Amino acid sequence: MPKHTLNPNNWVDLYSDYLFNYTITRVNDRVIAQDLVSETFLAGLNAMKNFKGEAAERTWLISILKRKIIDYYRKINSNKGKAEVRMTYNDSESEGDWLEERIADPFDKTAEDSIENEELADAIQSCIAKLPKKQAEVFKKKTILNQETETISKELNITASNLWVIVHRARVALASCLEKNWF
Amino acid sequence: MGLFFIKCKEAGHVCDKYQYEEASITEKIKLKIHLMYCSACRKHSASNKKLSQLLNKIKFQFLSSEEKDNIKKSFEKELKKHQQ
Ligand SMILES: [Zn+2]
Repeated sequence: MPKHTLNPNNWVDLYSDYLFNYTITRVNDRVIAQDLVSETFLAGLNAMKNFKGEAAERTWLISILKRKIIDYYRKINSNKGKAEVRMTYNDSESEGDWLEERIADPFDKTAEDSIENEELADAIQSCIAKLPKKQAEVFKKKTILNQETETISKELNITASNLWVIVHRARVALASCLEKNWF
Repeated sequence: MGLFFIKCKEAGHVCDKYQYEEASITEKIKLKIHLMYCSACRKHSASNKKLSQLLNKIKFQFLSSEEKDNIKKSFEKELKKHQQ
């Protein structure tokens, strides 16, 4: 079995969107989410010597991020005098469970649905990360941010027909990347 | 009538526009006609549609380029210190 390695030079390019998306669905604040992602990368850098190569790089970063999110909630709760936690559980040892629950299930959807969607989101994010940079950028603006063709063309200084060619390539690549597990 | 027959390249383009609800009615008709006799485009059209469905299921929030650059800049500063 090949051991996993860490390459922090690529972290921001490969994982920042994924980590951000993971965080924002849990903390609901863009600025805080960005801070948590930054802190995660830094913590990862400082913890590299402890990496045993057992987990994939991204899984390892996510486990650091989870701790950061828990710490974040712990901090707001202690600022609020822990009232909310005590109302839910009498016993302070359960505080950790409460936090874990809140992080594991941030939606009202059924758990199964949210796990499947999380896996799908995960798969789509990794496929997008594999696209050439320009393709990924155009595709995200057009598809996920729902920006107008004209707006994107102006911003990136490309023609509309050029944009559609790029979108086409990105869609073909994504469909084939997702085909094995999701089609 | 010849106007209604388009080549695969155009069919692919119309199919993409369709996914973003940007195809005109005439374009949609042209595409439908093309799909009746072109199995390669039928296949592409089906997977393109499936991709749209998958994308619609997920609510994404990405970093803007500026936000990502900020994260990158501050991280690279630390990275340099580490790699010295
Ligand atoms: Zn065709």
